[in-house]
Amino acid sequence: MNGEPISLLNAGGNFTSSPELPFETDSTDVLALYNDMLMARTVDTEAIALQRQGELGLWPSMLGQEAAQIGAAHALNPRDIVFPTYREHGVAWCRGVDPVDLLGLFRGTTLGGWNPTENNFNLYTLVIGAQTLHAVGYAMGILRDGDVGTGDPDRDRAVLVFLGDGALSEGETNEAFVWAAAQNLPVVFFCQNNQWAISAPYSVQSRVSVAQRAQGYGFKGVRVDGNDVFACLAATREALAAARAGQGPTLIEALTYRRNPHTTSDDDGRYRTLAENDAWAALDPIDRLRTYLQSTGLLNDANVEDISRRGKALAEHLRAGCRALPFPGHASPFQNTYADLPDELERQMNEHLEFVEAGE
Amino acid sequence: MSIKQFSLPDVGEGLTEAEIVTWLVKRGDIVEVNQAIVEIETAKSLVELPSPFAGEVHELHAVAGETVDVGNPIISIETGETGSTGTSPTPAEEAPPATDTGEDPKLLVGYGAREIGTHRRRRKVKGEVPAERPSVAPMTPVGGPPKASPPVRKLAKDLGLDLAAITPTGEGGVRTRADVLKASAGSAVIAAGQDAPGTGTDVADNGELRIPIKGVRKHTAAAMVKSAFTAPHVTEFVSVDVTKSLDLLRQVGQRRDFRDVKLTPLTFVAKAFLKALRDTPEANSRWDDAAQEIVQMRKVNLGIAAATPRGLVVPNIKGAETLSLKELAQEINSLGSAAREGKTPQTAMAGGTVTITNIGVFGIDTGTPILNPGETAILAVGTVRRMPWVIQDEEGERLGIRSVLQLALSFDHRVMDGQQGSRLLADTAAILTEPGLSLL
Repeated sequence: MNGEPISLLNAGGNFTSSPELPFETDSTDVLALYNDMLMARTVDTEAIALQRQGELGLWPSMLGQEAAQIGAAHALNPRDIVFPTYREHGVAWCRGVDPVDLLGLFRGTTLGGWNPTENNFNLYTLVIGAQTLHAVGYAMGILRDGDVGTGDPDRDRAVLVFLGDGALSEGETNEAFVWAAAQNLPVVFFCQNNQWAISAPYSVQSRVSVAQRAQGYGFKGVRVDGNDVFACLAATREALAAARAGQGPTLIEALTYRRNPHTTSDDDGRYRTLAENDAWAALDPIDRLRTYLQSTGLLNDANVEDISRRGKALAEHLRAGCRALPFPGHASPFQNTYADLPDELERQMNEHLEFVEAGE
Repeated sequence: MSIKQFSLPDVGEGLTEAEIVTWLVKRGDIVEVNQAIVEIETAKSLVELPSPFAGEVHELHAVAGETVDVGNPIISIETGETGSTGTSPTPAEEAPPATDTGEDPKLLVGYGAREIGTHRRRRKVKGEVPAERPSVAPMTPVGGPPKASPPVRKLAKDLGLDLAAITPTGEGGVRTRADVLKASAGSAVIAAGQDAPGTGTDVADNGELRIPIKGVRKHTAAAMVKSAFTAPHVTEFVSVDVTKSLDLLRQVGQRRDFRDVKLTPLTFVAKAFLKALRDTPEANSRWDDAAQEIVQMRKVNLGIAAATPRGLVVPNIKGAETLSLKELAQEINSLGSAAREGKTPQTAMAGGTVTITNIGVFGIDTGTPILNPGETAILAVGTVRRMPWVIQDEEGERLGIRSVLQLALSFDHRVMDGQQGSRLLADTAAILTEPGLSLL
C-alpha cells in the first residue's frame, strides 16, 4: 500500500496486466477514454485563456489529472452519484454537465451552475474536505433506501467522492472515513494525490501514503498510478462494485501531479521547481494513451480528425457560452437556498427586491 | 472591418495594475484567438495574456516596462468582422477608474500585496536553470527588493524606515530586527520619532542627501522648537521592577474577555500613570500665557506618540481616566493602527492634555522627552529588561533577576515643581511595582 502505485499502462504506452488489479482492455471503449481526456484538457485550456482575458475571476486547472478523472468517471453507473471538489472538470464532462455551466461559479454569475439531480453530479465544493461528509451522508440515505447489496444492477448504487491530498489533513475527511467504516457505507473515496495542497507538499502532511491511511480506519486502500487511465478505471470499478454489493468503503489514491499552479491566482514558481514539473510532464496521461492507441491501431486519421474538430467546437462553445452566461437576477440567492422558500426569507427577498428597485 | 480593444484584465483577484514585461506581437502581426500576445507581471506572478480576438494588430497602447492600470486598453486588433468599432466585452471595462491616492489598495486577505516599485523577484526556485523562456526577450534588469522577514518589514514600516537603506548583517543579505533597530536608534530623536524619507529627495554631486522640510517633519520641527524654547523642561528618571505587573498582565491576557485584546506593558504603564495623575492634577494642565493662568483640566486626554511611515503623530484618547483596562488597551491599539495607516481623525490629534511616548519599542532604556506643545507632562517608557535587582522581603535582602523598565518624566517647571513631578513619577512606579496598590 505504501509501495509503488499499481500501473497498467506505463509512461511508454505499454499495457501490462497486474495480478493485483485485474483489467481487460476490451472491457471498455478506449477511444472514448482518449476523447474524454482530450475534451477535459480542452475545457481546462480554454477556461485558463478566458480567465487571462478577464472573463473569469479564477480557474483551478486540472492539467495532468485527466487520467485520474476520466478513468474514475468511466467506472460510474448512471445511478451512482458523484461529490466533486472544485477541480473535477473531467468528471463533470463525463457526467454530461455542460462545461459552460462550470464557468458560472468562476465568472460570478452563479453560486452553483447546474442541477445536481440531473446528472447525479453534485455542485463544486470549495471548502476543502467538506464534500466527504456530504457524500457519507448521502451514502447513509442509499443504505436506508435499501439500494445496496440487492444484486439488482438497476437498483444498487454507490457514492463516488473526490478529494485532494490536502483534504486528508482536514477533520471532516477523517470523520467521513470513521463514519463510512463504522456504518459500512457504499462510498468510494477517490483521492487525486496531486502532491501539492496549494504550496504544501504531501510530505509535510503525512508519514505514510494516502492509501495506507485507509488501514487505520479499517477499510481497503488502493494505490494506483494516477496518470494511468486503465489503473484508475480498474480500481474505481472494483471499489464501486464492492460498495454497491454492500462490502463497504474503499479509499483510492491516484498518484498524479498538478502541473499548473493551484489556481490562476497562484504562482507555483515560489514553492516548486520547473524540473519537477518537467518530470511529470514526461509522464503525461494523454500522451501515453495516444501511444497505446497508435500501437494497437485504434487511432486512425479519421478519428484523430474527428476528435480535433470536436475539440475546436467545444472551445468555441466555451468562448461564446462564457460571455453569454446570464445575469443571475437579484432573487436567485433567496430562491435557491431552500427547496421551499420560507416565509421569513421571502419577506427578506421582497425587501431586497424593493431596495434594488428603489436604487435604480 | 472593426477594431477591437483588449483591456488589461485583473488576472489575480483584486489586482489593480500590472507591468508590461514583453510584447510577443507587434503592429501588423496577424494573431489567432488565444495566441499569447504579451507577458505581464503583477504583484503576484508573471503571466502571458492570450488574445481574445483574431486579426491584425492595429496598435499597442503600452510599451514594455510600463505599468498599466487594470481596465485600460493595452492592444487594438483589427478583426475581419464588419460592424461598428467594438471594444472587448471584458468585465475589466466595468472596473472602477483607477485612482492614484498614493495609498496601497486594499487587497483581499491571502492575496499578494502590492510591492513598492514594479519589479519583483523573478520566480525562481533553487536548482533551476534561468533559461525558462528562450523565445522571449530578456526582462528588464531586476534589482529585487531588500530581504527581510515579514515582522521585520513591518517594524521598518512602522518606524518609517526604508529597508533598502538599512545595512543587512543577516545571512544572505537579510535585514534582521537588530539591523532595523540599530538604524532606528541612529536616526531617532527621542520623542520626536522618525520620519519617512521625504519625497523629492535629491542626492547632490557631493553625495549629500538633501531632503525638503515639509509635511509632518516640518510640523514636528516647529512644535519641538516651540516647546523646547518656551517651556523650561525638567526630566526625572526612575527604574521600576515591573515583574509583578507583567505576571498580572499575563493572567489578565488569559481571561476569555481579553482574548481579542492586545495587552502590552504600555497598557499597564498608561493605566498606572492615569491613576497617579489623580493625585497630581497639576500635571494635567496647561500654561495660558495670555490669560496669565494655569488651566487645570478635569478630563485626561491621553496622547500616545506613534511612529508612522509619515513621521511622528500624537493622537490622544479622550477621557482616558474613565476607561477600564480593557477599554484603554483597545483605544491604544486602534489609535496606533489608525496612525500607522494614516487614518487618524483630526479630532484625535487635537485637545491632548498629557502624553506617553513608548521608546521601549525601539529597545531603548530611557531618554529626555520634549513636551507636546501646550502640555505640562510627558512620560517616556523604556524597554523591559531582565536585570539583576536587590529584592527586599521578610528574609532580608538578596539579589534576583527581575523585569525592569525605566520611566522618564519631563514636565514644565513653570507649572509645577520637583515635588509634584517626583510624586507623579513615584506613584506611577509604585503601582507598577505592586499592582495590588491600585486597589487602595
